[in-house]
Amino acid sequence: MSMKLSTRQVDGVTIVDCSGRITLGEGSVTLRDTVRDLLSKGNKKIILNLAEVNYIDSSGIGELVSAFTTTKNQGGELKLLHLTKKVHDLLQITKLYTVFDVKDDETAAIKGFK
Amino acid sequence: MEQQVSYTLDSTLETVDHAEESATRIATELGFGEEEVMQISMAVREAAVNAVLHGNKYAPDKKVTLAFERTADGLVITIRDEGKGIDLSGIPNPLAPENLLKTSGRGIFLMRSFMDVVEIRPSPTGTEVKLIKHVHGPSVGNKERSQ
Repeated sequence: MSMKLSTRQVDGVTIVDCSGRITLGEGSVTLRDTVRDLLSKGNKKIILNLAEVNYIDSSGIGELVSAFTTTKNQGGELKLLHLTKKVHDLLQITKLYTVFDVKDDETAAIKGFK
Repeated sequence: MEQQVSYTLDSTLETVDHAEESATRIATELGFGEEEVMQISMAVREAAVNAVLHGNKYAPDKKVTLAFERTADGLVITIRDEGKGIDLSGIPNPLAPENLLKTSGRGIFLMRSFMDVVEIRPSPTGTEVKLIKHVHGPSVGNKERSQ
């Protein structure tokens, strides 16, 4: 299953609901294009909802890092929401869990933006 | 699964998916647990990505060879490419603070995290990666032999 993305706006925050796989190829490119498109339109408060992401490889991890740093470099903020166990474990072993701003509650995540 | 099965594959993204799917199927057939199957399939995927991208660089005339061998104590997977080889000393530690925010360089680390043995060496045609997962549970392996 390839990755599908949909975006919605809540209180000035863009939530990107992701489902499927973030892997080398289409999945990674789709995520990259979406985040860059949001930033280019001035949407700099971004939440990636990964609740339905069931698989991610090292390229996908790289895309999450890229989305995080690109957003930050443009003065924005990017949070990760609802990690599945697989993604959680991968971010733990790669020591990225504490680098990302990871949330379990969407409302709290939205309120947490500066 | 037979004692050994091997595939010769093109240097494409489809090969990466094929390698992952084969690893998932074979590891499941051999009785590895769900977590171990995920680890094996991800390690194989990462090795296949390296072979297709960094080894063969998508060259249409270069092949990736993928072999699965069932042994007495687990599963041995070998992935060979036809690239110019890899300088392991040039691969930075992805866990070092200065590398945490790099967007690449985690593939070999993930292989080593998930498999019991990871050997990367030059082969006559390019680079050979050998991945070994040992049997950790009583149900893994030769189910049919124990019946």
